[in-house]
Amino acid sequence: MADIAELKKIATQVRRDILRQVHGCASGHPGGSLGCADFFTALYFEIMEHDPSFNMKGAGEDVFFLSNGHISPVWYSTLARAGYFPIAELATFRKLNSRVQGHPATHEGLPGIRVASGSLGQGLSVAIGMAIAKKLDGDDKLVFALTGDGELQEGQIWEAVMFAPHNKIDNLIVTVDLNGRQIDGDTKDVLSLGDIEGKWRTFGWEVLNIQDGNDMEEIVKVLHQAKTMSGQGKPIVILMRTEMGYPIDFMVGTHKWHGAAPNDAQLENALGQLEETLGDY
Amino acid sequence: MLQDYISSGSKATRDGFGEALYEVGAQNENVMALCADLVASLKMQKFIDHFPTRFVQTGIAEANMIGIAAGLATAGKIPYTGTFANFSTGRVYDQIRQSVAYSHKNVKICASHAGLTLGEDGATHQILEDIGMMRMVPGMTVINPCDFNQTKAATKAIAEYYGPVYLRFGRPNWPNIMSDTKFEIGKAVIMNEGTDVTIIATGHLVWNALEAARNLEAKGISVYLINIHTIKPLDEEAILDAVSKTKCVVTCEEHQINGGLGDAVANVLARNFPSPQEYVAVKDSFGESGNPMDLLIKYGLGTADVEAAAVKVLERKG
Repeated sequence: MADIAELKKIATQVRRDILRQVHGCASGHPGGSLGCADFFTALYFEIMEHDPSFNMKGAGEDVFFLSNGHISPVWYSTLARAGYFPIAELATFRKLNSRVQGHPATHEGLPGIRVASGSLGQGLSVAIGMAIAKKLDGDDKLVFALTGDGELQEGQIWEAVMFAPHNKIDNLIVTVDLNGRQIDGDTKDVLSLGDIEGKWRTFGWEVLNIQDGNDMEEIVKVLHQAKTMSGQGKPIVILMRTEMGYPIDFMVGTHKWHGAAPNDAQLENALGQLEETLGDY
Repeated sequence: MLQDYISSGSKATRDGFGEALYEVGAQNENVMALCADLVASLKMQKFIDHFPTRFVQTGIAEANMIGIAAGLATAGKIPYTGTFANFSTGRVYDQIRQSVAYSHKNVKICASHAGLTLGEDGATHQILEDIGMMRMVPGMTVINPCDFNQTKAATKAIAEYYGPVYLRFGRPNWPNIMSDTKFEIGKAVIMNEGTDVTIIATGHLVWNALEAARNLEAKGISVYLINIHTIKPLDEEAILDAVSKTKCVVTCEEHQINGGLGDAVANVLARNFPSPQEYVAVKDSFGESGNPMDLLIKYGLGTADVEAAAVKVLERKG
């Protein structure tokens, strides 16, 4: 049984890390990062079987690919808190000579990252490649991937969405962060995604829903359920509704914090809304 | 020596790729093949027949193919992607840039039907910018072999090298002149050591350059002929060695004048040994439908064009 209270504590610290990272370099993407903090925490501290000593090939372990690379702060914090690299290194986010690049990259050798992402739409294809390799190698571990919802506007996503069911890629669990917002505004206004559940289902995916992607209990429950559905001939997608900026009162309900960092006063205000549970870096 | 290079018959470079793909597949179980609905054109069927589980058909979805290749490479596989050169580069430049090159994935991007000699399909498919695009990508190795044998050797050699590679070859049957099966990435093949003019050619145009060299030699002009199958990393030493002797150079490629072999050579010379240079290349235009030989002549890439360029550069040298 998952210790939900413990996971929530970690997620709260991850949120503090996110805010302090983007504030430290006055840039980056806090909104989507905050919204996905619970998901990342659940994935790395409850769901995935993974090895923080990090091996690029990921043989014999579950692996994760972040397709919407701009929410790198949440991934970096989670990886550091899970033991992939020193937590103090988060202070170098987006700064010169750092391994903690603006968007995830392998180039500087940051443990935990297996492919660069940031130019949107590519991560699902890469995850499929890893999933095919695992099957060929008789490796029964799983491949996880996260995409944004605005990212579904990229054509390559739908190439991959069509490919996976045809090829019975059933060791793949994709989550879509449905926060309904993108840089230019609400997704429904910029380019509507329409019947998103119907689209995935029609393409041949098993579709699960997380109604509240900021409810740790529900996230853990649905991810566990997804794992039990793997290996049955179909790829699995989880449509996860989150709130961009959650739970910072002045960051929710708008797309404004997609790619903007808080100033000193805003940071203080935001941190005041989040208990320091594991110690800041 | 020029007389050592005699065509053993015409075969397509893509057939050399297909034969070698099967052979490397038999030797190394990590080798995989991916194709975006052009199996017959890429000559991949033999590989597929023998290693069906190591083949991935992506359908007409090149971006997804490159991404899947990056994922396979992450897990330790050696993926060879196959489609036309046009769809292997411009269509997927960003996927190659981010998921493959920046991420340093061991993906072999194998591109057939490059250049004008694709022929009748016309300019939509005749990519002439691919060498330029690929040599700009940091860390990308760019190889453009000249015939069946050299393509076969290159296809095998890249399996032994770790890192992203762009391997460019073509559609038509072409004189098969290289008997040596040895292939060293980044090492130019010196076909003749002359003293008057250096001719550096890549891909199909090695044949035109060879014929031009023979004609020039018959007229008493001594030609230093280089078959430069690897455009990146470029064998700068071989180029400087040759041009320091001849003091002038002609570059020959089935590619735009901008960004290809000629510019790569000019870059080396500008930094080390500035010398008169003439380009045999397409002069900033698109191609058109036609048969391969007629197209080469119309766009200034024929044997006579190489000869004329050599005469012109000799005059400039004075």
